[in-house]
Amino acid sequence: MSRVVVALLIGIFAASVLAPFISPYDPEEINLDELRMAPCVKHPFGTDSKGRDILSRVFYGGRISLSVALIAAVLSMGVGLLVGLVSGYAGGKVDAAVMLLVDLILAFPSLLLAIGISVILPPGIYTVMIAIASVGWASFARLVRGHVLSLRSAPFVEAARALGCSGARVLFVHLLPQCIPLVIVMTGLKLGGYILTEASLSFLGLGAQPPTPTWGSMISANRAFIVSAPWMVIFPGLAITVTSLCCNLLGDVLRDKYGLKIGG
Amino acid sequence: MRRILLLVPLLLGITALTFTLVKTLPGDPALSLVGERASPEVIESIRRELKTDQNVFVQYLGYLRLLGKGEFGRSYFTNRKVSDDLIAKFPNTLLLAVGAMTIAVPLGIFLGFAAAVKSGTATDRMISSFSVIGLSLPVFWSGLLLMLVLSLELRLLPPAGMGDVRFLVMPSVTLALPALATLTRISRTTLIDLLHMPYIRTARAKGIPERRIRFVHVFKNALLPLVTVIGLDFGSYLNGAVLTETIFGWDGIGRYAMEGITKRDYPVIMGCIIVGTTVYVVINLLVDVLYHYLDPRVRLFAGDE
Repeated sequence: MSRVVVALLIGIFAASVLAPFISPYDPEEINLDELRMAPCVKHPFGTDSKGRDILSRVFYGGRISLSVALIAAVLSMGVGLLVGLVSGYAGGKVDAAVMLLVDLILAFPSLLLAIGISVILPPGIYTVMIAIASVGWASFARLVRGHVLSLRSAPFVEAARALGCSGARVLFVHLLPQCIPLVIVMTGLKLGGYILTEASLSFLGLGAQPPTPTWGSMISANRAFIVSAPWMVIFPGLAITVTSLCCNLLGDVLRDKYGLKIGG
Repeated sequence: MRRILLLVPLLLGITALTFTLVKTLPGDPALSLVGERASPEVIESIRRELKTDQNVFVQYLGYLRLLGKGEFGRSYFTNRKVSDDLIAKFPNTLLLAVGAMTIAVPLGIFLGFAAAVKSGTATDRMISSFSVIGLSLPVFWSGLLLMLVLSLELRLLPPAGMGDVRFLVMPSVTLALPALATLTRISRTTLIDLLHMPYIRTARAKGIPERRIRFVHVFKNALLPLVTVIGLDFGSYLNGAVLTETIFGWDGIGRYAMEGITKRDYPVIMGCIIVGTTVYVVINLLVDVLYHYLDPRVRLFAGDE
């Protein structure tokens, strides 16, 4: 099962990276002779209302979805790791203040916040990354903070301190590596959600702007044709669902492998 | 109590965010709030309230006072008061959310319960697979597919719009799906944990029937964490409402916000964000109070944590 998931993920990733080489057509090329063609040999996923090849657009759309989700995950992870380490190690008022902020963000309707952010910043992939990461770091911070708190008085930390290590050294050399597996599992669990958020924001028109294809914007642009040409909506949505599903399954597998109890 | 205190900075933070937005828009902040098509008297009165000649902090207080009066500005396009629109559309969103919760909450708890009791069997695997798929479905896509199958092909339900209860079915189901998936997963883990508690073993050893153990011993104790999840998950209904209402032409706050975004109608966007936050805050308070009734050990006002 997990092998199938990993193979599928690698396939999706490769298709996105290699999009310029494996796409049968230019994703932005308008072809007025082949409008709204149903899936056929020439266009396996059909064409859209401007005659653009949907398969090629799905490949190219994957580049945006995956890179935005991955970069947002790395940003969330980095910020969350740093904040969680410092907060857990410092304790006291710093910790209380940081956890207050984390609680606020974790519970807030994230799409609303993302919409707020994307109104202030111009629409585009960087805005989406920032919007996702500005919510995402909180769950990493809480996780890391809890772990650091439990390790703070562990013998190896006390030993390091007794040997005269500075606070920063204890944090980054001794505690940081202990948090890595935890953070990787968390990334696995969150990635599927980030892909959905990216797709939602693109669907709402807050992500990459046309003519750049993204899975979310392909659905919103073509939803008027749902009856006459359902393939225009079905394939991009399938791409989102399968990618997100693979990430979620991988996250679950990783979590069970490390025996961690995090996430829902 | 801690959570109640948490909500004050949240509201302040969100209003500060929207206030920053008013300030960063080019031109006169009063004009940014009501648009150029508003009457000169309205513009003048807003300008007076905002105290544009004084420092930022005083201006922010003026802005809060405006919000307190229910003055959220006017739509740039219709010139209608945003507060009036919000009041008109809010019941629709509430109806949709209640419809979705009516589906998601009982079904989610039931499925989670079934999976936990049969943990490790085919039933459990099937329920778990469905819930992970539900978690991975983008609501705007599942909604469109439902529409395609149920109303455009089978002609069972009206595709979009508002009206009697038949119009409510598809948007509610769409909105319920992700919440259903989350709730199933969480109730499953919660219940499995509880089933392995020593007191359950004691109950079994005492010869209490398995049915009674499941429904009384386990279920009662699972309620508390589940209420928290259901309450906290309300935020996801607000998220989903933006997408679901857009697809089904449901005349609620979510679609209103969406229209505001596409037209860059800033007062509308700000009004929706503020109302969304406030609703969220109120729900959280209700969850806290409910908590107190479900478990008197949770104390609302003194000596928390």
